[in-house]
Amino acid sequence: MEESALIQSIRAKIANDILGFHSFRGDDTILVRRESVFAVLKMLKEEFDFNMLADLTAVDYLGQEPRFEVVYHLNSLEKNIRIRIKTPVNEGEEVDSIVSLWAIANWLEREVWDMFGIKFKDHPDLRRLLMYDEFEGHPLRKDYPINKRQPRVAPIWKGIR
Amino acid sequence: MSDTETKTEQTDLIVEEPSGSMMLNMGPSHPAMHGIVRIILQLEGEVVKAADMEIGYLHRAFEKHAESVTYTQVMPWTDRLNYVSPLINNFGYAMCVEKIFGIKVTERCEYVRVIMGEISRIVDHLTCIGASAMELNAFTVFLYMMKAREWLYELIEDVTGARVTISYARIGGVRADLTPNFKERCLHQLKRIRETLKECDALLTKNRIFMDRMQGIGIISKEDAISYAFTGPMLRACGIPYDVRRAYPYHVYDQLDFEIPVGENGDCYDRYLVRMEEMQQSMRIIEQALEKIPGGPVNVDFEGNLIIEPPVVVDEAKMGKIAEIADRPVDVSPNLEGQEGDSYYKVNPDLKQVIIPPKQKSYTSIEGLMNHFKLIMYGHGIRPPKGEAYVCVEGGNGELGFYIVSDGTDRGYRIRVRPPCYNFVAAFPKMILGLSIADIIPAFGSVNMIGGELDH
Repeated sequence: MEESALIQSIRAKIANDILGFHSFRGDDTILVRRESVFAVLKMLKEEFDFNMLADLTAVDYLGQEPRFEVVYHLNSLEKNIRIRIKTPVNEGEEVDSIVSLWAIANWLEREVWDMFGIKFKDHPDLRRLLMYDEFEGHPLRKDYPINKRQPRVAPIWKGIR
Repeated sequence: MSDTETKTEQTDLIVEEPSGSMMLNMGPSHPAMHGIVRIILQLEGEVVKAADMEIGYLHRAFEKHAESVTYTQVMPWTDRLNYVSPLINNFGYAMCVEKIFGIKVTERCEYVRVIMGEISRIVDHLTCIGASAMELNAFTVFLYMMKAREWLYELIEDVTGARVTISYARIGGVRADLTPNFKERCLHQLKRIRETLKECDALLTKNRIFMDRMQGIGIISKEDAISYAFTGPMLRACGIPYDVRRAYPYHVYDQLDFEIPVGENGDCYDRYLVRMEEMQQSMRIIEQALEKIPGGPVNVDFEGNLIIEPPVVVDEAKMGKIAEIADRPVDVSPNLEGQEGDSYYKVNPDLKQVIIPPKQKSYTSIEGLMNHFKLIMYGHGIRPPKGEAYVCVEGGNGELGFYIVSDGTDRGYRIRVRPPCYNFVAAFPKMILGLSIADIIPAFGSVNMIGGELDH
């Protein structure tokens, strides 16, 4: 697999933290260790001018080990380049929060916690974002049934009897 | 005092309630809350001391549902994300799937998408400015802009057959070509819209009341805007000329001439000016694209193996060379002479056939119907290779991103949408800090929150 110039220059800096990389359809992607994700993102922000966190999300690979992947999309407004950083996370493990680097990570991490149940260490306020507080489970996990209903109020006909 | 301030700034949260302050719920059902969102305000007198946003009232599990159906079936749901400019959502999603497939759409299709996308952008900006002007009691402007929007909706309806929930894009193309007299009609409507915008400009831009309500309201600094990953008119109003159409040109935007308007102060007034100018630029783009648009098909053709002539197939088969012709598409007609009817090759992902047959074919011929089913039904569907792709387009509000992880089956393993107004709403408590209640309305109007995309 060929390496793009960007991946090469990043690899030279953080060779020990990298688990893998690819450039499928031109999207440069680097897989880094969970423990070092904060340091890697900080380094990318400060040294490679990736000043915008375009997106933060997760993917649930149910049945694989480790189960989740947290995905960061970075964007550089100066150089007009993008990179995708992924980190594998197992169930119950925590990822370092990056709220101190980008303010939008506050909501994005809350959403990932809400939808996937991945906890972020040192997050100032890790509440649910889209679902309500009493909601049970994490809806975007693959083992959450798509037809499951959790009404906040019992149906009216049950209340009458 | 300074201690509390830093605390509030860090978490955007109401940490403690000093005596004399009041909690006020704005929304979820409030006429000025464009959709359903709740702002929890902590007030001292009429001044906002802290605020928190609560979203999710319109959560419809787009991402969860999109994982459960085939790639083609997701298209109608993308309409419902940003229901003011659904065409751009359609194109963004189609582009992302095309990227995973490795399909390049035809040049005419690219132009059609640019034209329809820019019309959609004008609709979006008209709605945003009209609605936020209406909230400041400028009702005339609202009616003028809705009238102009109606003209554009008529254009869209002409081409796509629908007004709001359009589903016009197809993976590998668009649903239908432009109508024969589209160019004349479009140019005529653009002329009328220019006149309307001139009128609205005269009513608003130098209007003392409008300026007083908009200037210096909802300011966000450059640094904060980048930290909150602002894009689109909100970021450009801060003075950063970032536009996805220019930074990461897709389709034919690199061949078209347009300018990126930027503001200075990052307040509501600058956002209004940026949006007004962007509509002019969009009209320029449409006019250039209408001039340059080439002929040809709008949908991608088959790629891959060459088609074998029928006599050759017969000869090869007589010689017993079955293996060589087994997987190749053959153009066969009943009498082996001409190609009077369309033939349907077997649905094969290697051929990259993704376009569903035209409706008249699927309603009138068994082959067309089967082809349609084979491309759409569960378990058949189109199958991209394994991989992942992120595609961003410039939506009405800013960078609209789609991130799709494919596991090689007919459904997306993970489909994530990055809504542009999510970031604005996240930063909204910061924007209204220290303002009075009345200022929240224009500030929220300029954010142009769309509940559908905000809550996925």
